[in-house]
Amino acid sequence: MGEGQGVVIVPALYAQVGEAVSFIFQRQPSVSGGTEIGGLGEIGSLTANHLAISFAAVAIGAAIAMPLGLYLGHVGKGEFAAVGVSNVGRAVPVLALLAFFIAYTGIGFQTVILVLILLAIPPILTNSYVGVRQVERDAVDAARGMGLSEAQIVRQVEFPMALPIIFGALRLSTINVVATATIAPLANFRTLGTPIIEPQTYGIPGQVGAAIVIAVLALALYALLGALQTALTPKGLKLAAAQAAGARGLPSFLRRRPQAT
Amino acid sequence: MSALSLLAQVPGLNKERKSSGCVQDNGFCPGWIVENFDQYVEPFVEHVVLTVIALSIGFAIAFALALFAHRQRWLVGPIGAGTNLLYTIPSIAAFLLLLPLTGRGNLTALVVLVAYSLTFMFTNTVTGLANVPREVTDSARGQGLTENQMLWKVEVPLAVPEIFAGLRIAATTTVGLVALAFYAGAGGLGAEILTDLYFKSNVVVAGGLCVLLAAALDLVFLFSQRLLTPWARARAS
Repeated sequence: MGEGQGVVIVPALYAQVGEAVSFIFQRQPSVSGGTEIGGLGEIGSLTANHLAISFAAVAIGAAIAMPLGLYLGHVGKGEFAAVGVSNVGRAVPVLALLAFFIAYTGIGFQTVILVLILLAIPPILTNSYVGVRQVERDAVDAARGMGLSEAQIVRQVEFPMALPIIFGALRLSTINVVATATIAPLANFRTLGTPIIEPQTYGIPGQVGAAIVIAVLALALYALLGALQTALTPKGLKLAAAQAAGARGLPSFLRRRPQAT
Repeated sequence: MSALSLLAQVPGLNKERKSSGCVQDNGFCPGWIVENFDQYVEPFVEHVVLTVIALSIGFAIAFALALFAHRQRWLVGPIGAGTNLLYTIPSIAAFLLLLPLTGRGNLTALVVLVAYSLTFMFTNTVTGLANVPREVTDSARGQGLTENQMLWKVEVPLAVPEIFAGLRIAATTTVGLVALAFYAGAGGLGAEILTDLYFKSNVVVAGGLCVLLAAALDLVFLFSQRLLTPWARARAS
């Protein structure tokens, strides 16, 4: 980069960020005139929409994927479905998925949430399956020997031991879904993506302003879910993980990771 | 046509369609697809090029960081957390936030794509190296191998399955993300999808090409892994 270029870019950068920040905090006329845009009121309602549809999608996705993954893991079947399909599923562009379902369920809330649920399912399914599979067989056998029924084994032994891995997937799904809810306005559902998708109304400051809010939102959720994960992990598992990690000199979050097969 | 002008128009109205029945009914039309397939060739090539370059640079960085962290254990935590944090920033937001710095085009797209691929490849490489059994490294040291020889002749080869698992996750994720790279002003199949968002044939072809590309890359990595780990085959048979 030449020196002259750098001199031009830096003030331009400050100006852009300044306009973006003012878009977040102050109501102002839209690019094409006529309506008012921006300000904390609009950003707040867009954020509320964004979060509501994201949480709903992750909750429904978890309600479907977790029992299925736990069951498949418990009986040890369906690894291809639980792990392989999920991995290739990552490559399906969400944009294509959204467009495809618009053809069937029309534009609006129902199509957006359907796509977000489909996006939330694979990591949760994979990790529920992997989480149960990596529970030591000795622990399961001991539980069986103590007279626990199969359902009790899943609920009281396998699920708690798989919880940290499953929670990791919930965190990943939430991050992915929140990122993807940005394209919801293409199906006519207003989220923080609206200023990004409609620059003809919101202009570049609106785009950059919304991008800042989305990035902050994602990072905050990531931190929050991380704290929740630590709080929810059973004490015994934390101890075991710390010991295992200590033996190899790795931090605990690297010790248990799902891997593509 | 730049991506911004694409975005400024109402999606789905910019393409002229031939007035045959299937296309008017917005069906899945093999005839239309055969006739219009050449319009997908250039975006597809751009998609492949962006994916391959991003993966190559990402792998080089992640692998170097992992080797470094393998020697300096205390760095594993901070670097791992850093790459996770990068992955957390939604890609569309990252594309837009980088525009003032790097401008519209492939450079902005590549910076984001590389940043996103790091977490999978770094984590898996570090884990793979750490999972090499202690007995193996001890016996290698006992045979008089230096630290460097041990790394390249013992540890890295034994970590190949985990390294490749990370590469495969990174590859499929990157293919999916490139479909949003038009927000950074770069090419790829995403712009094709958006030009005619409500036309089923267009969406199926462009989306299908992404999935095919991901599947092809996955096969390439699987095959390379088999070539690089001949002992795994010998053990299996």
